[in-house]
Amino acid sequence: MSRTRGLALLGVLVLWAVVSHGNRLLDVMPPALLPTPGEVGKVFVETVRDGTLLRHVATSLGRVAVGFGLAAVAALGLGLLAAMCVPVRLMVEPVIEFVRPIPPLAFLPMFLVWFGLGEASKVAFIGYTTFFPMFVASAAAVLRVDVGLLRAAASLGAGHLDLIRRVIVPAALPGIIVALRLGFALALFVIVGAEFMGADSGLGYLIMEGRTFFVPAQIVMGALVLGLLGSLVNALLLAAERRIFRWREAGATS
Amino acid sequence: MAAVFLSSVPELMEWGLHGEPLPRRRALRWRFVALVAFFLLWSLAGAVVEWTRPFNPLFLPAPWVVLGALLELARKGQLWIHVGATLGRVAVGFTTGAVAAVALGLLAGQVRAVRNVLEPVVELLRPIPPLAMLPLFIVWVGIGEGSKVGFITYATFFPMFVTTVHGVAQIDDRLLRAAQSLGARPRQLFFRVILPAALPDVLTGLRLGVALSFFVIVISEFIGAEEGLGYLINDGRNFFLVPQMLGAAVLLGLLGYAGNGLVRGVERRVLRWQQPR
Amino acid sequence: MKIHVRGLSRTFVAAGRETPALLDVDLDVAEREFVCILGPSGCGKSTLLNIVAGFLRPSSGDVLVEGRPVTGPGADRGVVFQEYVLFPWLTVTGNVEFGLKLKGMPAGEQRAVVARYLELVGLAAHAEKYPVQLSGGMKQRVAIARALANNPEIILMDEPFGALDAQTREVLQDELGRIQRVEHKTVLFVTHSIREAVYLADRVIVMTSAPGRIKQVFTLKLPEVRDRFAPEFTQCESEITRVVKEEVAKVHE
Repeated sequence: MSRTRGLALLGVLVLWAVVSHGNRLLDVMPPALLPTPGEVGKVFVETVRDGTLLRHVATSLGRVAVGFGLAAVAALGLGLLAAMCVPVRLMVEPVIEFVRPIPPLAFLPMFLVWFGLGEASKVAFIGYTTFFPMFVASAAAVLRVDVGLLRAAASLGAGHLDLIRRVIVPAALPGIIVALRLGFALALFVIVGAEFMGADSGLGYLIMEGRTFFVPAQIVMGALVLGLLGSLVNALLLAAERRIFRWREAGATS
Repeated sequence: MAAVFLSSVPELMEWGLHGEPLPRRRALRWRFVALVAFFLLWSLAGAVVEWTRPFNPLFLPAPWVVLGALLELARKGQLWIHVGATLGRVAVGFTTGAVAAVALGLLAGQVRAVRNVLEPVVELLRPIPPLAMLPLFIVWVGIGEGSKVGFITYATFFPMFVTTVHGVAQIDDRLLRAAQSLGARPRQLFFRVILPAALPDVLTGLRLGVALSFFVIVISEFIGAEEGLGYLINDGRNFFLVPQMLGAAVLLGLLGYAGNGLVRGVERRVLRWQQPR
Repeated sequence: MKIHVRGLSRTFVAAGRETPALLDVDLDVAEREFVCILGPSGCGKSTLLNIVAGFLRPSSGDVLVEGRPVTGPGADRGVVFQEYVLFPWLTVTGNVEFGLKLKGMPAGEQRAVVARYLELVGLAAHAEKYPVQLSGGMKQRVAIARALANNPEIILMDEPFGALDAQTREVLQDELGRIQRVEHKTVLFVTHSIREAVYLADRVIVMTSAPGRIKQVFTLKLPEVRDRFAPEFTQCESEITRVVKEEVAKVHE
């Protein structure tokens, strides 16, 4: 599987080189608009060498980490509560359904107004964006716990607290971790957009700079780095998941 | 202590975590109460801010202030222009993306060669958040309708393409074999078996695409637009018109919800065979 | 009397409609007795078991275990489910020691008890496996070991072998018979297989189709170790089959 993927990626690279160099030869579009892999590589090396790339990546990741972290804690806590307390759920569900269809990015300017142009607005925005999906998903994970498991535990002598601690939490944990993984992916998805406006640092800013100073190669490089980052983090999280949940191995679905 | 607040053990035993299923009317009543409570709380917060003024009340407008801002815009005739602009871009961008994604997806799902060519490109581009490519579109096509619509098409293409391919791939081989042993020719096989069997996934993909369209249109209307709900929101920043910003956001939500409902309506009619009743 | 049920009725209410599942059931189970509840689908036998287990509350009537009314599930009534219901995140050992951990039994004792019961069901070699790695028959044996290890007064079994294929089913019936001859528990066993009931039970209670009532009670005069092909065995089978067939016909009307 990995070999074919490697070959496929190589193929895409070749295609890209052919198209971009061919463009230069045939003069179809202004050469700057279609950067060659070489040009993109050059920008990459430059920004790594003078440390700017790492700086911006770290800034973006930092914002994501803090915003996501805060949202995760809130989403898990409230999600667990909503799942186990029927009145809370009945009251919260309609409100969430009302807020959910509103694209989170629509609130970005408002966060900028409320929190100014500093770090706080980005972190708060990431927090807001990731909170709702993680809340809904972790509540759903708890609600999915099989009644049979609760009954089995109760007929082995489990009391109310035991049921929560020894059955509900372990049974819902895989679903909760998936919720967190999706939340993090969403955070990476949105941080770029948030850094387009009202930011002077971060990967999104770097990409936007490419437009401001008309260096499309920088845009492409930034996008590729972002994609790479996302894949890497996702792969790491999946690997961690597989280790923790060894008991789901053979044949279980996720 | 916990027992008072959370479901009791006998309730958990009988119903699990979901609790006793509520009769429809009671469930509706709860939803109504919840929404009313939400608006009351919001209004209360807005009113408190107005009186005590811990900060400029513009920052937390009460619901009626938001509504007022919207109505004002509607009265001046501007609201429809903005709504129309956003809807137009979404409609064109989504439709283009959908047609491309479904057509190519259906093709790729059946023809191995096409799939082998397209899949690596898709797999390469998919992990990159489409938002990162927005500046590239602007550089290529300039700040105009083209880049916005093109961007929506680009952003929505990949998820819809992937779900369509999956929709075809997951078709039970046995369905195809059964049809073939009933004498189906390739063209009939496609229209009478493959298309209907893939339809549920395709429609789910379309719903995703609609949601994604509204998701990304906002950011592209922030940058270089003179009309549109996204423009309204960002423009409001200049004069702290938070009521306008909130109102436009809520409208966006409503539009997205309506779009989703539309596809669901289509789903319900076209996929009637999936419902047990 | 270990289990004492009087006038038990249970009606389910769904979407404004009332479905009576059990109607006026009287039942007594003595200590160390193995009682089978037999009946067609939908006759309420699982509902009866669930009420005795404490998972459901009766609409009316009394359920007493050891003279005390049943208010909910408890460690005094162990349950073995048709779908095994093992805790997937625990190993076989983890599952079997679950109830012991709850009781706060010292670790050394726990190990001894777990070892004993894994030995009893023949799974000592699989102690560290996860349920997802076991076959259906093995999973059910773990479930039985888990219930037994907790040393309940009563064991309730709801069609425990229903999800298994015919061969595994018979093997497990043999095993259960063997275990019962060692453990001598009070057992209430729900099944729709007449053969299974005659093989395992001291008494067989045949229920009517919905709403469930007790149709007839058979006290089996068969030896402790049963031979499925002995004439007395097949005769019991035929008698009970005749009675059950009447009820099954009603379900399919």
